[in-house]
Parts: sequence; C-alpha cells; structure tokens
Amino acid sequence: MEPFTKHTGIAAPLDRANIDTDAIIPKQFLRLIKRTGFGKHLFHELRYLDYEGTKDNPDFVLNKPEYKNSTVLLARDNFGCGSSREHAPWALYDYGFRVIIAPSFADIFYNNCIKNDILLVRLKEEEINSIFNEINAIVGSTINADLESQTITTSGQNTFSFDIHPFAKDCLLKGLDHIGWTLQFNDKINAYEEKIKKEQPWVT
Amino acid sequence: MAKTMYQKIWDSHLVRESHGDICIIYVDRQLVHEVTSPQAFEGLRLSGRKVRHPEKTFATMDHNTSTKTKELSDMEETSQIQINALANNCKEFGVNLYDHLHPDNGVVHIFAPELGITQPGMVIVCGDSHTATHGAFGSLAFGIGTSEVEHVLATQTLQQNPSKTMLINVKGELEKGVGAKDIILYIIGLIGTAGATGYVIEYAGDTIEALSMEERMTVCNMSIEAGARAGMIAPDQTTFDYIKDRDFAPKGDEYEKAVKYWKTLKTDDGTIFDKTLEINASQIKPQVTWGTSPGQVVSIDDTVPSPEDFKDPTDASAAKKALEYMGLISGTKLSDISINYVFIGSCTNGRIEDLRKAANILKGKKVSNNVTALVVPGSGRVKRQAEEEGLDKIFIEAGCQWRFAGCSMCLAMNDDKMSVGDRCASTSNRNFEGRQGAGSRTHLVSPQMAAVAAIEGKIADVRKYL
Repeated sequence: MEPFTKHTGIAAPLDRANIDTDAIIPKQFLRLIKRTGFGKHLFHELRYLDYEGTKDNPDFVLNKPEYKNSTVLLARDNFGCGSSREHAPWALYDYGFRVIIAPSFADIFYNNCIKNDILLVRLKEEEINSIFNEINAIVGSTINADLESQTITTSGQNTFSFDIHPFAKDCLLKGLDHIGWTLQFNDKINAYEEKIKKEQPWVT
Repeated sequence: MAKTMYQKIWDSHLVRESHGDICIIYVDRQLVHEVTSPQAFEGLRLSGRKVRHPEKTFATMDHNTSTKTKELSDMEETSQIQINALANNCKEFGVNLYDHLHPDNGVVHIFAPELGITQPGMVIVCGDSHTATHGAFGSLAFGIGTSEVEHVLATQTLQQNPSKTMLINVKGELEKGVGAKDIILYIIGLIGTAGATGYVIEYAGDTIEALSMEERMTVCNMSIEAGARAGMIAPDQTTFDYIKDRDFAPKGDEYEKAVKYWKTLKTDDGTIFDKTLEINASQIKPQVTWGTSPGQVVSIDDTVPSPEDFKDPTDASAAKKALEYMGLISGTKLSDISINYVFIGSCTNGRIEDLRKAANILKGKKVSNNVTALVVPGSGRVKRQAEEEGLDKIFIEAGCQWRFAGCSMCLAMNDDKMSVGDRCASTSNRNFEGRQGAGSRTHLVSPQMAAVAAIEGKIADVRKYL
C-alpha cells in the first residue's frame, strides 16, 4: 500500500443517498481476476447511456467537463452499501478517487477503502450541505484533505475537522501491510489454537 | 457480568486485545466463492504466503455458474475464467472445493449449513455480504472484502474492533401467509438501510424462537440490508436437531459436549443492549418493496408512496429517483402492479422450505402467460430433496423453469437476467437499480408472494390463497 498523508483535488458532487456497490461497479465487471482495470467501469449504469459503455450520459456528474479530473467525491448517506465487493474501492481508486466525503458509509465498504489507500471522511449533514453548496456555486472547486491534522479544507477556505479511528489513520499514513502487522502476533495465534484444541476439539 | 451472545463469542475468539489500535479475533471457518477470492489467492502467491488452515476453508462456485448446464464450456467465457481460477487456487493451496460438478455444490450460504460446516459459537467469514445468514445458528458471521479474505487465508484471524449490540424482540403470532421474509423486510422498512450500521443484531422473542432453521436463516441473511455487521439468533433445540448427524457436525460424545457448550452461548438474563427494538408480529402483513432500496418497502394492502410522504429531504429525493426508475406512480395499489418475471431462489429464499411454500401455492395452477418464472434451488441437496418430494413436477406443470443450483438472477452475474423495463417479483435480497439486469425492476417478496405473483401476472396478496 502507498502511504496517504494529504491530498488536494477537484471535488465532484454526487448528490444521492444509498449509493450501493452495484451502482459503483456492476456485476458484469466482477469477472476480472486482477485488482486493476475497474476504473473505466466505475458508476457504469449512471455514467453511460448504453450497456456497452460507449455513450456518455451527459447528465452524470463525472461526465461534465469541470469534473472529469476530480479525485475527491462528495456524496450522501450510506455510501457503499450492499455487496462486500472490494471491486468498488478498486474501481474508485483506479478512476482516480483518493478521498470520499459523506455523512455515513457502509461498514464493509469502509474497511475495504482503508485497505486500498482511499480516505473516507465522515462529516455532519449540515457540513456536507455547505460543501455541496460551495462546490456547486464555484466551478472547479478543490478540496484539501489532511489526514495528519484530520481536516478538510475547501478552496473557499472553509475547514472541517473529522474523526477517524487511530488504527485506520495509522494504516493509511504508513501504507501498512495488514497481514504483516498481524503476523507480529503469531505466537498469540499459536497459543489460541493450542487452547481451542483442548477446549473445543470439534472446532479444530 | 451479564453478557450478550455476541460478547461471549467475541471474548472467546479474542487472540489479541486492542492497545489503542485494533483487536485480532480468530476465525473458525472461512467460506470462499469464485468472485471475491481470485485476487486474495493472487496476493498470497505474490507475497509467498500459504493458506494457514486449508481444512478450515471451504470453497464453492455459485455466483457465475450456469443454472441451465453443468458443462463448463457452455458457460460464458469470463465465467469460465473465474471458475477455473478458483479450481486452480483450491488445488494449489489445498482448499476443500465443492465445484459446480460436485453433488453438494450450492450457494455459499446454503451449502455450508447443509453440510454442518456452520455451527453455534463459531466465527465464520466469507467475501460476501450475506454471510450473516450463518448467524441463525448462534455463530458470529459476517461479510468481508477481498483483502480481508487474503488476511484470513494467511493468518486465520481478522483485525476487527467490537460492534455495538442491538436487540430486536419479535413477539406474538404471525398472520397466516406472513413469514420470515416479511419479518425482515418489515424490520428494514422500520429502521432503514443504515439503521443498524455499526451494530450486530440479535433477533429474539417467541416469534423468532418458533421459526425453523430455514426461516431463521432468511431473517439473519438480510441483516446487511439494514446495515448491520451481523445478525444472530440464540441456538436452541431446533438448532441442535438441525446440526445433528450432518457431514461436518461433531459426532457421538463430541456432539454431546458441543451441545453442552452451545447451550451456554445465549445472552444472559438482564444484559443491556446498546439499542432495543420491540416488534409486534401480529402487525406484520405480507411485504413488497416498491423502490430501489430494501428499505423502500410497504405492506401489500398499501399504495406506492409519494416523495412528499417523507420528511427527510434525502429520503424524499431517494423516493423520487426510485419511482422514476421503477416506472411507478404514487398512489398506485401494490396489487395493481403487473410483473413479467418471477424469481424463486437465492441465499435468502432458495432452501427446501421456501420451495415447499411456493410449490404449495402453485400446485395445480398455471403461471400467467406473460410471466417467465425461474425456480432455482439453492444447492444440489435442495434440488434432490425437492425432486424426491415431487416439487419439481409441480413447478414444471405450472409452467416454471426448474434449474440447477446457483445465485442466478439474484444478482444476474450469469446469463439469468432481465432486460430493460422487465419487472420481477423476486425472493432475493436486493432491489438495487440494475441488480437483476440493466434497466430491470425488482420487487422483493416472500416465496409465497412470488408464487402468487406468477399465477396472477401481478403483485398479489397470498392471504387470499390460504
């Protein structure tokens, strides 16, 4: 994993609640057996007018010229709900998104993003509303996310603080190898397995 | 100190406590399917790691497999790639595989309980959000992403911090024609699709206790649709009887010892949950979703709501978008909505009891002329059992298609899918835009309600058939 410290980019407003992982990456693209190459299928059904993905839907936010190069996504409640597919963060990352800001995220999606160098920022509903207003008013607005200080700053100089679990923060800052981290405690895993062999032999 | 069932299982699986960072918990069983695992095995290869406990890992093929043929070469080419990848990965890493040709192959959340792999008190994970199904046995079971699948393969553990706990008490008698699917849809409608985010739900109360294992699995299965990490039900005699003598169940003295332990798992009297919800079962009517999120659900007696019915502006805007996508007008009676597809199957409702309930309605009846009805058993075992009982004949004589096991049109990843504008009464779990085929429309219902819709060619009330 790449370390994540701070990021500045154009923010795209996706004004919709309950964006599910089927909407982020539909099932017909889940058949790839690699982690890359999903970006061109991101938001496929919202983004294209045809099944083949050859005709852009001009009304979809990412097809508007001012948001073509956006790397920060502003969304509504319960972003990433539904299926556990990690293809969703792979597609978001592959497209170029590094930061997603919303009032709430689905549980599994949140964990999946942390493992894929995407910073998810939870802000209060009224804060989200104010950012929507700002980026809708000024074309090309950018947002800066600073993980160390846990702040989001808009190009209009409005700053918002956000909470993040210290471990998730540390993982992103260091680009942690999760398996490597756990394996430091291999002796504890061994001890657990020895104990369970005696106490619940039917489980082993 | 009094503990919830969740806390008991959590405590007994704690390998390392958090020191301001994160806990490590032990995973007893990992279930694997072909869609969310290839990148995990590839990760192991790239880092030179092995599967720590291949004997605790069970793989099946379900999402991609055809329900029309067992011949791999007749399946779509990209499906073949994933199916072959899983076969090769299981061979290379020594993992138990129930491939598409295995007689006990099936949907991951159906084949594992059938084989007795799922047992009370276990921590069970799978790269699939409907893993909460296994919580019906009093296990802690939840869906994980592919990076976590790799983590469990390599370490047999997971990094995780504890969730909050929610008790949902369902009490009272269910009306005839109302079942497990209606209970869970009703709950999701009540608390919303993010109503349980951050929580593990325990379903309890005499209504839940009276449910069979199949019905309990339907309830727990859709916990994720309320945002919950997991859903669980305390194990009891119904659970123990279901497990006894199954392939991977403990046998003889070991079974007795296990039951003794399983009986200690239930939540202690007087334990306080972070949140509690009381539901009166007698108020639940057959449920039907009208929108594009499982929380957009009403009773069959109701009409399609209007965006103005929602106080929250986000809900109102979501309702407006959903109505547009669904091609529905506010105020329309649910029972006036025509459908041209019926899907009976999935990890929610693809078990033998579900098929029995649907067959009971369809016996001697005909599927409406303009309806394509697919009946897809959840596993090879369900299929064989149904055929032994003659259910296949009932379905076929009514005009349904009787298929091989698989996820099929629940997520339409194989070639079972609808086209733009098609509308389905479906026993599956998600009515998201495009879920059952690009531009298609889904109404989530119980197996009985799906059977009735097949006969009438529209959404209809099962209660008048009973």
